[in-house]
Amino acid sequence: MKTVKLVDLAKTIRSKNAGTDRITFDIIFREKENYDLVRKSGALTKGAIAKLFDIPESRIVDFVEFGPAFAIKFTINRLVPSGSFGEGDIFGCQQYPPLLDIEIPV
Amino acid sequence: MQKETLRIHCSNGHLGFAPTKEESFWIGARTKPDYYCCDSGSDDIGPVPLGADKCASHREWQKHDLELMLLASRQQGVPMVIGSSGDTGSNSRVDMYVDFIREIARKHKMKKFKLAYFYSEVDKEYLRKKMEAGEAIEGLDSRSNLTLEELDKTDRIVAVAGVHPFIKALEMGADVIIGGRSSDACVFAAPAIYEGFPEDIAYYCGKVLECASFCAEPYGAKETVIGTITKNDVKVTAMHPEQRCTVASVAGHAMYERSNPYYEHVAGGMLDMKDCVYEQYDEKTCRITGAKFVPVEGKIKVKLEGSGKVGERYLGMAGVRDPYTIKHIDEVIKWAKDQVEERFAGKEYQLSYRIFGKNGVMGDLEPVKESKSHELMIIVEGVAPTKEVAEEVAMIGMRQIFYARLPEVKGTAGTAAFVLDEVVEVSPAYQWTMNHIVTVDDPMELFKVYTTEIGE
Repeated sequence: MKTVKLVDLAKTIRSKNAGTDRITFDIIFREKENYDLVRKSGALTKGAIAKLFDIPESRIVDFVEFGPAFAIKFTINRLVPSGSFGEGDIFGCQQYPPLLDIEIPV
Repeated sequence: MQKETLRIHCSNGHLGFAPTKEESFWIGARTKPDYYCCDSGSDDIGPVPLGADKCASHREWQKHDLELMLLASRQQGVPMVIGSSGDTGSNSRVDMYVDFIREIARKHKMKKFKLAYFYSEVDKEYLRKKMEAGEAIEGLDSRSNLTLEELDKTDRIVAVAGVHPFIKALEMGADVIIGGRSSDACVFAAPAIYEGFPEDIAYYCGKVLECASFCAEPYGAKETVIGTITKNDVKVTAMHPEQRCTVASVAGHAMYERSNPYYEHVAGGMLDMKDCVYEQYDEKTCRITGAKFVPVEGKIKVKLEGSGKVGERYLGMAGVRDPYTIKHIDEVIKWAKDQVEERFAGKEYQLSYRIFGKNGVMGDLEPVKESKSHELMIIVEGVAPTKEVAEEVAMIGMRQIFYARLPEVKGTAGTAAFVLDEVVEVSPAYQWTMNHIVTVDDPMELFKVYTTEIGE
């Protein structure tokens, strides 16, 4: 099956703290077509995200399709709050890159 | 008389964190808005500023941004409202901002005006009493209810204000409000409610304006936007000549930094954005209708943020270039950890390694297990109850990377490259000990409002 990488379909792919205990991920499309293509593809689901980051699905606390912005959004629990001892990304804003290479069947 | 429309100027999504851009500030100011409002804080910056009671922002940038707002608002005789002063909204940060306002007023020989300020810090004993009386301090975002042990570990607590202390300050006739910790959206919602606009409109207006030009495109922070509200709608307009507020940029911003794009909780209720309708009103303006504010049933719940000290902290840095050492980096780290443990066995300390080039940014979330980097940077973090021990932990932890014993290493004159052959003292380590809510009888009971006169 032919596939396209998510990075080539989305306008914005980002991550950021949502409060002190969570990191939220936004995947935003310019066109409704790409938004529909990805959300119906079955390649971007709770299960796929859990597998990609190697975390239990229970750590994914929100998984929302947000029509007004042509966006898919999900949020994960941090294991320790942001900025704790041993932190690597206080703002949580460099946790999205693994999403770029997700292969979407077209 | 009640205004038909209200226009609120927002020049910076986190006042002082990076300087406000002046061109769009003055373009906005020339349209004579009714209020100048900015939020100046965030919990994004980690637990250190709140715990250590200091700023993350630069003092000169904070003053610069406050000066712009005070000049414009005093020239036009309209109110200026600041929330979450000095990054954390702690009492000392409020006092500091009040001093800045005084200093700026003196510099420009401003005429007399009334300044109101309020504090948001919460006394630990207030919460302890409630807890000992059997009241639960509920955890947010999957946290458990607060324990006395967690309370004991906390050094400073701020409550996140809703609109209430801002409205109170406006009722007291404030020209300038310097607020303690508060919900970003409430800095804008409060004047709108005070002016008689519906809560649905007021809170949504706050939600869309709170990050200034983050709701505009193309991307560019610290530029001014203006929100215009009537009883029926909110319009947001970008002031920078190159920026526009579009359906995509405004709807996209609704998701920013939040777990769920449809709901926003504040002290006093919840903003429901499920039925929001976004329309392009003119080239630079997006119009939004359909937001609903659902007031809380029963008593008001106020969010609490708490930070507690973990220990003194030193950092060390070590680079590695030898491919054989890179391949065996986990053994190198184990060796260094063992050397620290040999010296400090049984003593209280913490030692962390972040290996950049391997998984330094993402840690356990990193899906790339096999590093292809030809060089690594290792950040060593040592934490202990005293500076002496923290320094030694970091120092041994760093230097033993240099002395790592790998059987087949070619370079036998040192297995690490140092940027500095020393470890550096950084802010003590703190932890977010509280992300909870407390139930109150009166939303004002946690926020004391004071007024003072400033100017000649």
